[in-house]
Amino acid sequence: MPVMILFAASLTVIGAVMVITRRIAVHAVLWLVVTFLALACVFTLLGAPFAAALEVIIYAGAIMVLFIFVIMMIGPAQPESDREKEWLRPRAWLGPAILATLLCGELLFGLRATPHTGTPAPITPRDVGLSLFGPCVMMVELASFLLLAGLVTAFHIGRHRPETP
Amino acid sequence: MTALPPGDALLLAVILFSTGLAGILIRRNLLFMLMSIDIMLNAAALVFIAAGAKWHDATGQVMFLMILALAATETAAGLAIILRLHARGRPSLDADTGNLLRG
Amino acid sequence: MTELLLPLTVLAPLAAAVILFLSAGRLPARQAGPLATAAVGLSAIISTLLAVIVLSAPPSAPIRITLWNWMTLPGFPAEIAFALDPLSLLMILIVTIVGFLIHLYAIRYMQNDPDTARFFGSMTLFVAAMLVLVLSSDLLCLFIGWEGVGLCSWLLIGFWYTDPANTAAARKAFLITRTGDAALLCGLLLLATRTGTLRIDTLLQAVTSGQIPPAPLTAVALLLLTGALAKSAQIPFQSWLPDAMAGPTPTSALIHAATMVTAGIYLIARLHVLFAATPAVMTLMAVIGTLTLLMAACNALVQTDLKRILAWSTVSQLGYMFLALGTGIWQAALFHLMTHAFFKALLFLTAGAIIERVRHERNIFHMGGLLRATPGLAAAFLTGAAALAGLPLITAGFYSKELILSSVWQATFPVGGGLALSGHVLWSLALAGAFLTTLYIFRCFFIVFSGPPQTEISGTTPRLMTIPLACLSLLSLLGGIVEMPDTLAPVHLFTRMLDPSHPLPHTSDPAWLLLAGALTPIAGLALAWTLWGSANPVIREAPVPTPGAHRVLTARTVESRWRPGIVPDALFLRPLRILNRIGRYDLPDRLSDSISRALCRASTLAAQTRTSLIAHLSSRTLRITREGSLLLGRMQNGRVRWYAAWIATGLCATLAAAMLA
Repeated sequence: MPVMILFAASLTVIGAVMVITRRIAVHAVLWLVVTFLALACVFTLLGAPFAAALEVIIYAGAIMVLFIFVIMMIGPAQPESDREKEWLRPRAWLGPAILATLLCGELLFGLRATPHTGTPAPITPRDVGLSLFGPCVMMVELASFLLLAGLVTAFHIGRHRPETP
Repeated sequence: MTALPPGDALLLAVILFSTGLAGILIRRNLLFMLMSIDIMLNAAALVFIAAGAKWHDATGQVMFLMILALAATETAAGLAIILRLHARGRPSLDADTGNLLRG
Repeated sequence: MTELLLPLTVLAPLAAAVILFLSAGRLPARQAGPLATAAVGLSAIISTLLAVIVLSAPPSAPIRITLWNWMTLPGFPAEIAFALDPLSLLMILIVTIVGFLIHLYAIRYMQNDPDTARFFGSMTLFVAAMLVLVLSSDLLCLFIGWEGVGLCSWLLIGFWYTDPANTAAARKAFLITRTGDAALLCGLLLLATRTGTLRIDTLLQAVTSGQIPPAPLTAVALLLLTGALAKSAQIPFQSWLPDAMAGPTPTSALIHAATMVTAGIYLIARLHVLFAATPAVMTLMAVIGTLTLLMAACNALVQTDLKRILAWSTVSQLGYMFLALGTGIWQAALFHLMTHAFFKALLFLTAGAIIERVRHERNIFHMGGLLRATPGLAAAFLTGAAALAGLPLITAGFYSKELILSSVWQATFPVGGGLALSGHVLWSLALAGAFLTTLYIFRCFFIVFSGPPQTEISGTTPRLMTIPLACLSLLSLLGGIVEMPDTLAPVHLFTRMLDPSHPLPHTSDPAWLLLAGALTPIAGLALAWTLWGSANPVIREAPVPTPGAHRVLTARTVESRWRPGIVPDALFLRPLRILNRIGRYDLPDRLSDSISRALCRASTLAAQTRTSLIAHLSSRTLRITREGSLLLGRMQNGRVRWYAAWIATGLCATLAAAMLA
């Protein structure tokens, strides 16, 4: 069993679990970065170096920076830690955890029939680019619309307005 | 270089997705909920990449790009809402208090 | 030559709009109006030039200009392309000339508004969007114009946005037309998947060669019809147009005469081949048109707001056009569209001038006796009213309405299963509509202009505002002579121009048909004179709200105010009242109403069941029901995490069911 695969996959899962159990937001963001980097390794192993690069640049880079910015703007984390502790009692997380485990079990049960063999051949950025600006050009248009909508939304919501009583 | 079979990648995606879902259900803090959503989106992206690898088709990665755009948009809008709530005097970012309109 | 001129027609107003929007606030307000007017005027000159070129030497095929490739998809071309054929030539002439006159009028009308640049920017953009709509040779490109028109109407209806009522009206117009737009888009996509193109000429060829099976074709026709109905404010969607009066008066004139509501008519006329292949949809179109024209005429008969009367009359006249489209004689609809553009613009602009003179009073019962104070405006309004009523021989409205009526008389409408609705039925209904039209517009005229003065009149109407009124008056009187019924004179310039290859089949109508069409408006005028006009009018006093009116007032539309029954109730008030009740609410209202009624009934039923349970079973059962309802109520607590949990539970259950099955 290749060590690399095991390492990357387990690091991804561990990172994700750490993200949802941290009390301090900055720690969670750091673990999220770890998760994304590990996931980028998984993408490379799946033969998708382009996706891996994007994952590192955009997810672990840009989006996480956005998170850090917001956390910095929101301010100190100390009282938050106590409050999070208050919110994270077993009574609060037991039910959801059971639900999520149930879903996980069902999905795994459903996937048991898929063959676990076969080695993927890498898909180069060239292939992706050709299909992006060939048959999937609508996708590019859609993504641009989506990003524009997001931009307008963020601008509108985040604009500083005088408070109306 | 060793390669990961796409079938195994699906297992990893399932586990990641469940973790993200659990995060959304458990955490009350809006910031953590956003991060959990990102984890779930990544699980979905992993499925696309794995499917693309299995059939050797670049469309999987095109869909990954789409998810990337979606995640960026979602995060931007979500964080803008968080900032706005914070500015309006709800520093706790508790998702459970926002259940009334004009609250 | 034409290749150069055609894009310029659109470019001139578009450039003006861009300049005005970018320089809003920096450009002196005094220059905004002339700039916009000059741009639209340039566009009007170019379209006249184009008309001269095309009509002097008719090209064999439509002139087609591809500006650029929008995007290249395998198996689906999408390009920005314009085409000029007689239909679009007519439309650009109407849009630019009427638009130019309205702009000219608006220079003085909007002079004292602080936001002139924004106003004129929206107006020119409106004209540009409408030109894109009528010129594009590709339905996808047409859709851009279609949406642009919707956007501009929203901008202009809510122009005075500080008043919440105006923004509400704008939002209503936008949402209702958006509903239709969604249907239109669905229709276009369905069409694209079937034929692989949205180019109109290829598309129509595919339809005529029978490339599309009947079922999808009917679905496409229905969806396109829904889009057109919403844009043109026909029956299920009629309620936005009267509310759109919230905008400035030139806007209303533009929306009603030239740009917005005619888009639906144009779409169906453009695709008339497609609709001709689906007779059931044609019948539906004709029936909806007839119902709308009657309902809207009845509504106009009881309005007290001057602009609202005109708004309902537009809905009614659009009903005539849909009726004509439903018969398959689309040339008649376009002829009426043209004359309607002239006299409706005239009526609106005159109404705007009147309202300005009487200090922004819009209730016609607070005006009166304006004939002596403003003879010029009275003459203009009388011209418009006569054309709208279709007074015989001297007005344009007579000829266009006559063409519609005669085409309806000849048509038959297949209903399905071998049955057919005779055109004679719809003809008589349309004639009744013509009678009502005369009645309401002359009611308005007599109440406003005759009788004792009720309000003081100030100021004068500036010269710049009277010039467009004079031009439009002339057009409303003389615009109809290009097409005459055979009984009078065999003049068929209009229909020949629109479709040179297939002239209208002119079967011999009985002469009394024309006579009936001519006498009806005169009868209506006579009745209106006895009721409201003569020295001792039968009905003079302002209407008193009936007990039911309170509910109506609170119910969002101040539509119906019935006068106490001096007029024999049974004669026409009662049928009108029923029609008005239909028209008062639109479809969503009705739906929500019936749902709430059903809920109310259900809750009383539940309460009865519960009392019987108390009587028959122990209090324990009661507690269980109560707990259950509380439990169900707790599901709807507005908390995101709970909703997420429910989604996850549903997913789990579905997966489990799928696996066990």
